Amino acid sequence: MLTLECPYCGVMADETELSPGYEAHLKRFGPGASPEEFEAYMFARKNPKGVHFERWRHSYGCGKWFLAARCTATLEVFGTYPAQVSEPPADIIAKIQARRPDWQPDWKATK
Amino acid sequence: MKRYSVFAIAREAVRYHMGWERAWASPEPKPAYDVIIVGAGGHGLATAYYLGKNFGITNVAIIEKGWLGGGNTGRNTTIIRSNYLQDPSAAIYEKSRSLYETLSQDLNYNVMFSPRGVMMLAQTHHEVRGYLRTQHANALQGVATEFITPQRVKELCPILNIDGPRYPVLGALWQARGGTGRHDAVAWGYARACSAMGMHIIQNCEVKGVRSENGAVTGVDTTKGFIGTKKLGMVVAGHSGQLAEMAGFRLPIEAVALQALVSEPIKPCMDVVVMANTVHGYMSQSDKGEMVIGGGTDGFNNYTQRGSFHHIEETLRALVETFPIISRLKMLRQWGGIVDMTGDRSPLISKTPLGNCFINCGWGTGGFKAIPGSGWAMAELMAKGEPGPLAAEFNMWRFKEGRFIDESVAAGVAH
Ligand SMILES: Cc1cc2nc3c(=O)[nH]c(=O)nc-3n(C[C@H](O)[C@H](O)[C@H](O)COP(=O)(O)OP(=O)(O)OC[C@H]3O[C@@H](n4cnc5c(N)ncnc54)[C@H](O)[C@@H]3O)c2cc1C
Ligand SMILES: [Zn+2]
Repeated sequence: MLTLECPYCGVMADETELSPGYEAHLKRFGPGASPEEFEAYMFARKNPKGVHFERWRHSYGCGKWFLAARCTATLEVFGTYPAQVSEPPADIIAKIQARRPDWQPDWKATK
Repeated sequence: MKRYSVFAIAREAVRYHMGWERAWASPEPKPAYDVIIVGAGGHGLATAYYLGKNFGITNVAIIEKGWLGGGNTGRNTTIIRSNYLQDPSAAIYEKSRSLYETLSQDLNYNVMFSPRGVMMLAQTHHEVRGYLRTQHANALQGVATEFITPQRVKELCPILNIDGPRYPVLGALWQARGGTGRHDAVAWGYARACSAMGMHIIQNCEVKGVRSENGAVTGVDTTKGFIGTKKLGMVVAGHSGQLAEMAGFRLPIEAVALQALVSEPIKPCMDVVVMANTVHGYMSQSDKGEMVIGGGTDGFNNYTQRGSFHHIEETLRALVETFPIISRLKMLRQWGGIVDMTGDRSPLISKTPLGNCFINCGWGTGGFKAIPGSGWAMAELMAKGEPGPLAAEFNMWRFKEGRFIDESVAAGVAH
């Protein structure tokens, strides 16, 4: 079972205590956006085999949304962090690169 | 290819069974093909088969990173039904179900299609209304389904507890010509027929990159080197996001784990398929006597082919309530597959941003039943370059245009 640490209340929460929210750091679009922008926000997904950033909600705990860095190919968890950021913080990047030396952040290129 | 028949068995019986041929050849790749299909699951193999059978295109390679049928095609619970709500879904799933009826004869390979009937229980008033609506939709679509009473449910499946306590059975949507098939045999039967047409099935060969020039694919880089092609079909289910990334576009797809399990074999006790979507579990009995059980998907991206344990617990809890007889059964094996879930829970059979590249994916938790119909529609799309009526609505641009084929509202479980 997946276990993630809630960065707000510090609880190590089992998957059954959490609600998944899929891909993090999506750029939001609303009324007035083009169909392409809206599709990119609502549907087009990175869905990587490897390092991934996700939204999770500590729904049966403090109720807050947070973000997690995980490997979808091994289920390894690199770390969790609060949701009020537009890209992963430097310490999370360092933790990922310590375990995946070849991995490079790519959101600057794609956003 | 020597045909399988009762005479072949008799002939081999007197020859100590020394004359059976390999079912398919394992050639080394040629430098180039007219068509390359990536992924030798049911959908990839069926696409190749109908390219040959319906369009005479046989200079085809099917490239598979593992062994053929080792993906979701060999991991599913084999439910075959076509009682979907939306017209495009009903059309392609019913085409597929009808092709299953004669598939063993067509392929000269016993796929053990068993139209034993599929029963989807209604255990809330909401579900009753939903299934009545589906039944009426099915009547208009020409799909034979009927809404049956709890008494009839009990007659058809005596081991079902219809009295609750939590969710008494209020009725069921019954498709008498739905059922099950032998999943491996479907892959093997198509593979044998493709090989007999001269197509190349190249196993243990992973596609690592897609090369393109001026908006068109020229070939694929694989663990056995570069292989050129005039047309490319991506049919890799859970790995579709990866292939799309190689080709430079994104899909409305998340890859998640779905699990199934089987019990120890017991005497025949159930000759229909039962799906209980409110409590979330479904069950049928295999010819070996095992109870074949499936449940829910994980809620997060996962490529490991193993799911979370709590799903097994939840599924079994639901089924013990529905079928009290199984409470002492031991579970023998459990496994997972990586399913490709789209935003509207309907598949893609589509052109892509690259001119000669086509994609077939997004069958998610319910594409075994669709293998023949999907291959039929995908072959037409690849041969003509334009979709026929079966595939037209399943293009990938529907998400941008808001023309969803929304099956997720129609059923909580989609297997
Ligand atoms: C537990 C479970 C239960 C299910 N139950 C049902 C059910 O009851 N009824 C139903 O209708 N459906 C069911 N399904 C869904 C069904 O199994 C799938 O929709 C269907 O099998 C998909 O077939 P496919 O050919 O598209 O994919 P697959 O069979 O997964 O084939 C894709 C192939 O592509 C290969 N591949 C991937 N990447 C590469 C690469 N880079 N290079 C080369 N090859 C590659 C893979 O190795 C794989 O063999 C279930 C699925 C699961 C996991
Ligand atoms: Zn918390």
